Amino acid sequence: MLKAADVPDLTKDDLLGYYRQMKLIREFERESERQYTRGNIKGFLHVYNGEEAIAVGAINTLREDDYIVTHYRDHGQALARGMGSKEVMAELMGKATGCSNGKGGSMHLFSDELNFMGGYAIVGGQLCIAAGIALAVQYRGDDQVVLCFFGDGAVNEGEFHEAMNLAAIWNLPVIFFCEHNLYGMGASSKETLVMWDSLHEMAAAYGMDRYEVDGNDVLEVRDLMKKINADVRSGKGPAFVVARTYRLRGHSVADPANYRPDDEVEYWEAQDPIPRFRDWLTDEGIATIEDFDEIDSSVEVEIVAAAEFGESSPWPAPEALYDAVYTDRPTEGIPT
Amino acid sequence: MSVITYRDAVSSVLREALDEDERVFLMGEDIGPYGGAFAVTKGFTERYGKKRIKDSPLAESVIVGAGVGAAMAGLRPVVELMTINFSLLAMDQIVNHAAKIRYMSGGQFSIPLIIRTVTGAGASVGATHSQSFEGMYASIPGLTVVTPATPSDVIGLFRSCRELNDPVMFVEHILLYGTRGDVPSVGDYRVPIGKADVRRTGKDITLCGYSRMANVAEQAAGILAQEGIEADVIDLRTLRPLDSETLVNSVKKTHRALMVEETTRIGGFAGELVSQIQEDAFDYLDAPIARVAGAEVPMPYSYPLEMAAIPSADSVVAAARKLVNGR
Ligand SMILES: Cc1ncc(C[n+]2csc(CCOP(=O)(O)OP(=O)(O)O)c2C)c(N)n1
Ligand SMILES: [Mg+2]
Repeated sequence: MLKAADVPDLTKDDLLGYYRQMKLIREFERESERQYTRGNIKGFLHVYNGEEAIAVGAINTLREDDYIVTHYRDHGQALARGMGSKEVMAELMGKATGCSNGKGGSMHLFSDELNFMGGYAIVGGQLCIAAGIALAVQYRGDDQVVLCFFGDGAVNEGEFHEAMNLAAIWNLPVIFFCEHNLYGMGASSKETLVMWDSLHEMAAAYGMDRYEVDGNDVLEVRDLMKKINADVRSGKGPAFVVARTYRLRGHSVADPANYRPDDEVEYWEAQDPIPRFRDWLTDEGIATIEDFDEIDSSVEVEIVAAAEFGESSPWPAPEALYDAVYTDRPTEGIPT
Repeated sequence: MSVITYRDAVSSVLREALDEDERVFLMGEDIGPYGGAFAVTKGFTERYGKKRIKDSPLAESVIVGAGVGAAMAGLRPVVELMTINFSLLAMDQIVNHAAKIRYMSGGQFSIPLIIRTVTGAGASVGATHSQSFEGMYASIPGLTVVTPATPSDVIGLFRSCRELNDPVMFVEHILLYGTRGDVPSVGDYRVPIGKADVRRTGKDITLCGYSRMANVAEQAAGILAQEGIEADVIDLRTLRPLDSETLVNSVKKTHRALMVEETTRIGGFAGELVSQIQEDAFDYLDAPIARVAGAEVPMPYSYPLEMAAIPSADSVVAAARKLVNGR
């Protein structure tokens, strides 16, 4: 565990900001599950409970012009990047005011303005896209980095290996960030991934810098990512990071997750990143109960507003069905 | 006869295959203790063990490719691609390998492989998870493509597929798992591959669909009957080989034809059906052959937009009415 003295560049406001973001993500997910059971969110809903320290610790080290690419479990990264909870909630509800105009849904959040290059629902696909964005950065002679999130399950896809090799051989400024939560859907990674316990070493095959970090410790994640960002930005080439973490809920809200051993769940519940950080802030004498109470209630107000915004927002207009298929020409076959 | 769900029908034929034939094993993502993404293989690992129920890594290409290899070496694998959307990651193995090895080897190697997968829209799962590629696979010589829409067709077709020695795409529909239907109790019940089902007979128009859209066409026919329009309803059941004879004979009788399918009109399988009808029944037609198909868009997530993008009984009724009444 780091001490306050180890993070001299973080002010109390910064630290409480991290706490607020993690809390916001957790409460956002609570509300999205509630909205799902009410039928206001449909299809698949993959919540981020338990993994908040990763998005918050990693994304806050980025510059505004850096890029983020992620998978379908994307609400946490979107919120940590500063996407409005209203626009995200409205997207989950398929409303016109959503960040993808209701067209994408929970798994496909996008924001051009934030260089949030998308949530992708075909496992592994986004690694290749991240390599391409990094290629563009290198081609233009710029110095942004691309941060690409994916799960441990994605490591088994061919696209992981193709993207890793390409990024390494061309020295692309991309950070491949694996949220290693021990499961891909209902399958334990212990049964599907031969290197599950030293996953970062997969990158050795590509001669890539590689790291493992406690994904439930927001400051550890941040500390490591600060260093990696600087390396990658300076032209040292891609890096592979594995954050050990745990999905506190099922794969999606439809999954009761009863395939997980009780002691494993208990162990990880005790590692919940939010109480851990809260305790740390208390123990280090940085924050008091009053600070937390104030933040918690402001989060509550924000979430209520996000839900109200989503519920009261209009559906996309019927014509919107044919919008945005092409940039410069109308969609074929629009009924007259 | 008994009434079971489509899901139970799939489970029962898989169990039957495992019970009857040692060479059969299952392989796919989350088919083990998790029980399958659509709960088709619940309890299978406990019953058959890990040797025969292979929970594979997330790796579609090797799921199919290893299935091809095992089939070449004498086994009879039944592999699962969680949905047809992910089959794109295995397309090379399906199209370049499974479909062609027999031919390229001059008939020396057969690939008795069943690839089960799940098609369909309407589940609010967005653009990448709501596609219907079965028609695309039906364009590949060397493959057999079946699309059962009822529990009894699941059973009858699966048994017939097991008797083939060539690769099959066995395409289930995401919205049908919970639907119920009569299934025959006779153990040797079969539905022949390449034989359409005439679900309902009528003299005014032919409605033709496959997978869930056959059910939608049948529902539409019920509504049309109340207006005095009598429809023949054809469920193709198999896309390759295609039973164009049943379709063409129906059109010769009704003189009007409406194709119903879930995928986009451009490049959809219905285009092939239209061609076959005009080649073989042109002189019998009283009206242009019509299609009701998915909108030319990636599937939107937003519920009202998605509902507007896929055919419904109402849109089929409206199109049929126009064909028969001219408006
Ligand atoms: C190519 C592909 N195959 C299968 C799926 C179905 N699927 C969606 S998420 C998932 C598990 C992914 O696990 P992981 O990468 O570890 O991410 P996590 O959900 O744990 O965050 C699977 C099998 C898919 N979306 N895409
Ligand atoms: Mg995982």
